[in-house]
Amino acid sequence: MSFALDILTITAVSAGAFFFLAGTVGLLRFPDPLTRLHALTKADNLGLGLVVLGLLPQAGSLRGGLKLICVWLLVLLAGATISQLIARAAVASEASEASGQRGKAN
Amino acid sequence: MTIAAALEIALAMLVLGMAAWTIAARETFAAVVGFVAYGLLLALVWVRLDAVDVALTEAAIGGLSGILLVGAAARLRASETPAVAESPDGMLRVGAAVLATIVAAALAAGVLALPDPAPALAPAVAANIAATGLGNPVTSVLMAFRAMDTLLEKVVLLLALVGVWSLAPDRVWGGRPGPRHQADPLGVLAFLARLLPPVGIVVGIYIFWVGADHPGGAFQGGTILAAMWLLVMTAGLTDAPPVRLRWLRLVLIAGPAVFLVVGLAGLWLGDGFLSYPVAYAKLLIVTIEVAMTLTIAVTLGLLLAGAPERSA
Repeated sequence: MSFALDILTITAVSAGAFFFLAGTVGLLRFPDPLTRLHALTKADNLGLGLVVLGLLPQAGSLRGGLKLICVWLLVLLAGATISQLIARAAVASEASEASGQRGKAN
Repeated sequence: MTIAAALEIALAMLVLGMAAWTIAARETFAAVVGFVAYGLLLALVWVRLDAVDVALTEAAIGGLSGILLVGAAARLRASETPAVAESPDGMLRVGAAVLATIVAAALAAGVLALPDPAPALAPAVAANIAATGLGNPVTSVLMAFRAMDTLLEKVVLLLALVGVWSLAPDRVWGGRPGPRHQADPLGVLAFLARLLPPVGIVVGIYIFWVGADHPGGAFQGGTILAAMWLLVMTAGLTDAPPVRLRWLRLVLIAGPAVFLVVGLAGLWLGDGFLSYPVAYAKLLIVTIEVAMTLTIAVTLGLLLAGAPERSA
């Protein structure tokens, strides 16, 4: 039984690490702030979620498992808020840049 | 080589790489972000060294100092381009790097040359911890065996705050710190500032309370409470109080004052200044910590809010 749980931990944490890797590659390679934010959400939600899922059998007690899930929820909340704020700032600065260039062209 | 050793080497390489990137970053804002990330990696290093209290403090203060530095970077943005022209040339940088490496190597040699087991006071603390009624040796050192240092630290925090307040121009003396933050009351930041502070307050008070027997303590808990207050202020849901308010100043001196009163009472009831009678040791320590948590939260919040910029 504990062997099966260990296999689950290794698989889930490896899958989570893969999503972190994918998110980082996206952060480095995507052309646009908005697309980079989209890549980062994969690392935040799926990557951390899979890592937490994999660590739940190792938590040792119900309280430890609940704390792990709370950590994941807090990171989701912070990540979602910050992504929205960065995206709005990026769109606003793009719009002001575009109108500035149009003004110069005129 | 065990997996743990490999992980530790990787962590050390990461920390050094992050430090190098922070120094080499071109923009001030990028350097600030690198510094905050470096602080979080250092917190992991502290955990690996079994110093969980220090790791908590590093993570909390790293976040707060990140806010401070981002604010400073924003104010310096106007002078960024002329400042780059005056940055030190290659030879000076190489000299500074060599000096820093020599100091680091000397420290490493000193640590590696310690006898095994290294001389430490941990056995003395473990032998006497029963007199304080606490379970966490770090808290017992902070609040009982070296309480004088903690008292003086709180006074230093207060003096730092007075220093920040003294930067206010005459016409706004005693006014509200920082600009009036206006966030969309239906927006994302206001949503976060409504959702997170209840959780943050519970976590902060828990970390302060559990510091008696497990890693934690008044400083870490107070820092989290200060961060929640700053979040609510930044979202515009509340305004910073004018710094001349009496209740604000009473809260600010409450921590050191209670500490001092208990310390002086030790002259009559105990063996000397800052000694606790054994029967009441834990009660006195918890009382001091409650006052200190409140003071630390308000002091750090006001330190990061800045000097007064608006009259009330």
